[in-house]
Amino acid sequence: MAVTRDDVLRLARLARLSLAEDELPKLEADLSRILEYVAELGGVDTSEVTDAPRVGPACAPLRADVAAPGLSREAALAAAPRVVDGAFAVPEFVDES
Amino acid sequence: MSALSLPIAELARLVQSGSVTAEAVARESLKVIADRRGLNAFLHVSEQATLDRAGELDARRARGEALGPLAGVPIAIKDALCTLDAPTSSGSKILAGWRSPYDATVVARLRAADALLVGKTNMDEFAMGSSNENSAFGPVKNPWDETRIPGGSSGGSAVAVAAGMTLGALGSDTGGSIRQPAALTGTVGIKPSYGRVSRYGLVAFASSLDQVGPFARDVSSAARLLSVIAGHDPRDSTSSTEGVPDYEAACGREVRGLRVGVPEDYFGPGLDPEIADQVRAAIARLEADGARVVPIQMPHTRHGVATYYVLATAEASSNLARFDGVRFGLREERPGADLGALYDATRSAGFGPEVKRRILLGTFVLSAGYYDAYYAQAERVRALIRRDFERAFAEVDVIATPTSPTAAFPLGERVEDPLAMYLADVYTLPASLAGVAALSLPVGRTRAQLPIGLQLIAPAFAEARLLTVAAACERSSA
Repeated sequence: MAVTRDDVLRLARLARLSLAEDELPKLEADLSRILEYVAELGGVDTSEVTDAPRVGPACAPLRADVAAPGLSREAALAAAPRVVDGAFAVPEFVDES
Repeated sequence: MSALSLPIAELARLVQSGSVTAEAVARESLKVIADRRGLNAFLHVSEQATLDRAGELDARRARGEALGPLAGVPIAIKDALCTLDAPTSSGSKILAGWRSPYDATVVARLRAADALLVGKTNMDEFAMGSSNENSAFGPVKNPWDETRIPGGSSGGSAVAVAAGMTLGALGSDTGGSIRQPAALTGTVGIKPSYGRVSRYGLVAFASSLDQVGPFARDVSSAARLLSVIAGHDPRDSTSSTEGVPDYEAACGREVRGLRVGVPEDYFGPGLDPEIADQVRAAIARLEADGARVVPIQMPHTRHGVATYYVLATAEASSNLARFDGVRFGLREERPGADLGALYDATRSAGFGPEVKRRILLGTFVLSAGYYDAYYAQAERVRALIRRDFERAFAEVDVIATPTSPTAAFPLGERVEDPLAMYLADVYTLPASLAGVAALSLPVGRTRAQLPIGLQLIAPAFAEARLLTVAAACERSSA
C-alpha cells in the first residue's frame, strides 16, 4: 500500500517521535515499498491454522512469591537524567488550573 | 606460539596449569585490539579491568585454587548485553555512556567461569541491521576485505574473533544476527534454541525471537562457550529448565547414519552460485562420512522475510517504548516543554533512521484497521513456517542450507535500500521464527577469498546434534 505523508505523521504521533521535515519523504517511500513487499502475506492460505502460534517453553513458570532484595533505590536512580527527592523527575503533566 | 591461536579448551588448560599466565594472554589480546582499532569492532575496551582480572586469576592459581572452564580466555561482549564494569549502549546514541546497574546473566556466567571480558563490541543500533552500518558509532569493517561489511547485527563480535583479538565473543540473534556475520567473517556462530540461554540483561529487540549465543573460531570452542552460558535462569522465565548436555563431547561423535535434509527452497534465485557450489560440496562431504542426504521441502521459507519484518518490528515498537528520557539514557528537555514533548524530543534525537523506520512500521502493523491483515496474518504464516520445520524433522535429523545468499558485500551498497538489506537474512529468518537451534560454520572461500558459511538447523534443544554435524563438517573441510 502507498503510505502518505499524513500516514507517516500519524504513526509518528502514535510512536512518540517528532520527525523533521527532511525525514518525511524517504520514510514515505521506504514504508510504502516495505508494506508493498509484506503484502504478499495476504495471499498465503492460512485456513488450516487454528492454533495460536507459540515458541519456547510450554509455559512461562512464575517464581515463588517470596520477597527478595532487588535493585536499591540508589542503583535504580543512578542513571536517571534528573532526580528530585529520591524519585525520577519529569516535567509537569497534570493541568491543575 | 601465540595463545590467541589456540582453541579455547587448550588455552584454558594452559592457564589452569600455569604454563601460560592470564596476564600474558590479556596483554596479547589488548595489543591485537589496539593494533586493529581501524576495524572499529569495539565500542569500549576494558583495559585496566582486564589486566586486574588476569592478575587475580594468576594469584588464585598460584594459591592452588582451581580455575574455571574459561580460565584466562579473552571474550568480547556485544554491546546489547548489560555489564556492570563497562558502558552498554546497544549501538545507540539514546544509551551512549549508560552504565547498567547489573550484569546480564550470560556475562555473570562468563565471569564465574574465569573468562577475561576485554570489552564491548560494536553492533547495528538495537541489533537492527545486517551490515553493522546502522551503528550510531560508525560501521565495523570486515577483516578479510576492509572495504566490505562484516555482517550484522553482531558484526563487532564476529570481527573480534575473526581478526584474532579474542578467542570468543557473545552476540545476539533475532533473525540471523549471529549466523550471518559468522558466515561473512569465517567464524562459527550459534543461535541456540529459543529458551536455551537466559536473556536477562539483553537489551530487548523482539522478545519472541531474541537469543544470546557464542562466536568462536572452531566448533568445539563454540561448544564450550555454549555450555557455560546455557541453562535455566530464575531471572528469565522464558529460559528453559531442560538439562544442558555435554556439548563438547558431542563434537567428537560420528555422523554415520544421521539424516541431513537439504531443502531446495534455500537454493533458489538470488543465491550466489559460488556459495551454492561450496555448500553442496560440504554436504557431499557429510555424505562421504556416512550421513544420509535427504531432499526435503520447506515451502513457506519464501515468506520468512515478510513474516519477520511484520512481527519483529511490532515487538520492537513495543520494547523500545521504554526509551523515554526519564529513567536512563539521553534526555532532551526544552524549557517549558511538557512530558509528551520530552518523550518526542528525546526519542527523535536518540534513535537513528533504521530504528525509527522499524518503530513506525511496527506501529503501523499493530494499529487499528491493519492489525488483522498484517500482524495477525504474520502470526498465522509463522505457524506454517514452524510446521515446515516440524514436518522436516519428522524425516531428518538436521537441515543444511547456505547461511547467506551472498558473501560480504561492499560498505554502502545497501544503505539506501532497506528492503535489499532485509533480504540478506532470507535463509536465517525461518529458524528464528520457528525457535529451533541453528549455527553457521565456515566451509570455504569465494574466488575473491571471502568466507562462505554453511547453516545447520536442528530441532529445539538439539544443539548437541547440531554440534556433532558441525564438527564433522569442520574436520572434512580442513
